[in-house]
Amino acid sequence: MSLLIADRLTVLRGDRVLLRDFDLCLAAGELLHLRGANGVGKTSLLETLAGLRRAGGGAVRQTPDDAPPHWLGHRNGLNLQLSAIENLRFWCGINGAPASAIDAALARMKLPPRARLRSCRLLSAGQKRRTALARLLLQRRSVWLLDEPLDGLDIDGLGLFAELVEEHLQGGGAVLMTSHQMLPAPLVAREWLL
Amino acid sequence: MSAFVALFARELKLAARAKTEWLMPPLFFVIVVTLFGFGVRPNDPQLAAFAPAILWVGALLAALLSLERLYRSDQEDGTLEQLLVSDTSLTFAVFVKSLAHWLLSGLPLVLLAAPLASMLGLPSAQFAPLVLGLALGTPCLSFIGGFVAALTVGLPRGGALLPVLVLPLIVPVVIFGAGAVRAAGQGLDAGAPLYFLAAILMFTLTVLPWLAAAALRNAFE
Repeated sequence: MSLLIADRLTVLRGDRVLLRDFDLCLAAGELLHLRGANGVGKTSLLETLAGLRRAGGGAVRQTPDDAPPHWLGHRNGLNLQLSAIENLRFWCGINGAPASAIDAALARMKLPPRARLRSCRLLSAGQKRRTALARLLLQRRSVWLLDEPLDGLDIDGLGLFAELVEEHLQGGGAVLMTSHQMLPAPLVAREWLL
Repeated sequence: MSAFVALFARELKLAARAKTEWLMPPLFFVIVVTLFGFGVRPNDPQLAAFAPAILWVGALLAALLSLERLYRSDQEDGTLEQLLVSDTSLTFAVFVKSLAHWLLSGLPLVLLAAPLASMLGLPSAQFAPLVLGLALGTPCLSFIGGFVAALTVGLPRGGALLPVLVLPLIVPVVIFGAGAVRAAGQGLDAGAPLYFLAAILMFTLTVLPWLAAAALRNAFE
C-alpha cells in the first residue's frame, strides 16, 4: 500500500523550477533515502511533499486522505525560551495528543532528566535534535518526512534514530529522509539520487 | 480546546520569561503622555483639549512596540512550519496569538488610560468613552498589527517596515476613538463612534486571522 504519492510534481523555489514532473511512490514499511548535491532541491521537495511549499504543478496524495505527515526540518520547532518538556507539551496540546507520553518519549531519546527541565537555549545541538525526534513519538503519523535528521546526533543518538525508524517501519509507517551521511546500521534504505 | 489552552499558555509562559516584552508598552505609554505634560506651558487648558488625541496615539504606538516579535521567533525556530503540518488550523493559531498579544500589551494600556487622562486634566465625564473606546480599539491594533507582522515576517528588516504599514491602517480607529471622547466633551452622545469602533473590531476579528494565516503560508515561498 502506498502512503504518499507524488504525481508529476513540479517543485519551485521562488520562481526557479528545481524539479519537473517528479513522480514518487512511498509504500508502507519503506525507507527512502534521498541523496543529491547541495542545491539540487532535496529540502524544497520535502517541504512541497509536507504541504509547506506550494507545488508549481502536479499533486501530492496521502493515504488516508489528508493525514498530515510528521515533518522535521533543519529547524527543530523548539522555542529556545521553553524547556524540552514545555515545548513537547505545547505540541501535544496543538495536535490533541496525550501529554502523558512526553516523559517516556524523552527517556527513550535518552535526554537526561535535568536537561529536560532546562530551557532549550542551554541544550546542545544534539540534545535539541533528540527532543525534536521525541516529538515524532508523541503522535502516530504514518509518513515521516525528515530533512537531515542525523545532524548533530552522536553515535549513541544515531543508534537510537535507527531504532525509532526501524520500529516505525515495522508498524506499517514510511520514512522519506535526506542525509549526506551513511545511514546508521541496521537501516536499509532504497536510495534515490536527485 | 486543548489547542487553545496550549497556545495561550505558551504565550503567557513566554511573556513571564521575557518581562521586557509586556512591561515596555505600559512604560512607554506613561513616558510619552508625561512628556506632553512637560512640553506645554504649566496649567495650559489646551492640554485637556488635546488629551484624547495624545492618549489614543500614545496607546497605539505603545501597543505597536511588541508586535514585531509576534511571529519572528516562531519563524526562526521552526514553530511556524510545525504549526502548518499540525492538526490545528493556522488561522486559529493566529487568532489566539493576536488575542494573547492584546491581553499582554493592549489591556494594560486600557487600564492605564484613566489615571493618565486625569493627569492631563481631562474632565472625568470623558473617562468612560475613552476607556471603552480603547478597550474596543486596542484589540483592532493587535489584529491589524498581527496581520502586518505576518506579512513582514520573512523580510530581513521587517521591524522598521511594520509601523509604516500598520499606522495608516489604524487611522479609522483613531478617528472614531478620539471622536468618542470629544463627543462626550461637547455633551453629545458618544454611542455612535463607539459603535463604529465595535464594527471595525468585529471586522478585524473575523477577516484578518484568515489573511494573516495566508500571509504566513506565503512567507515560505
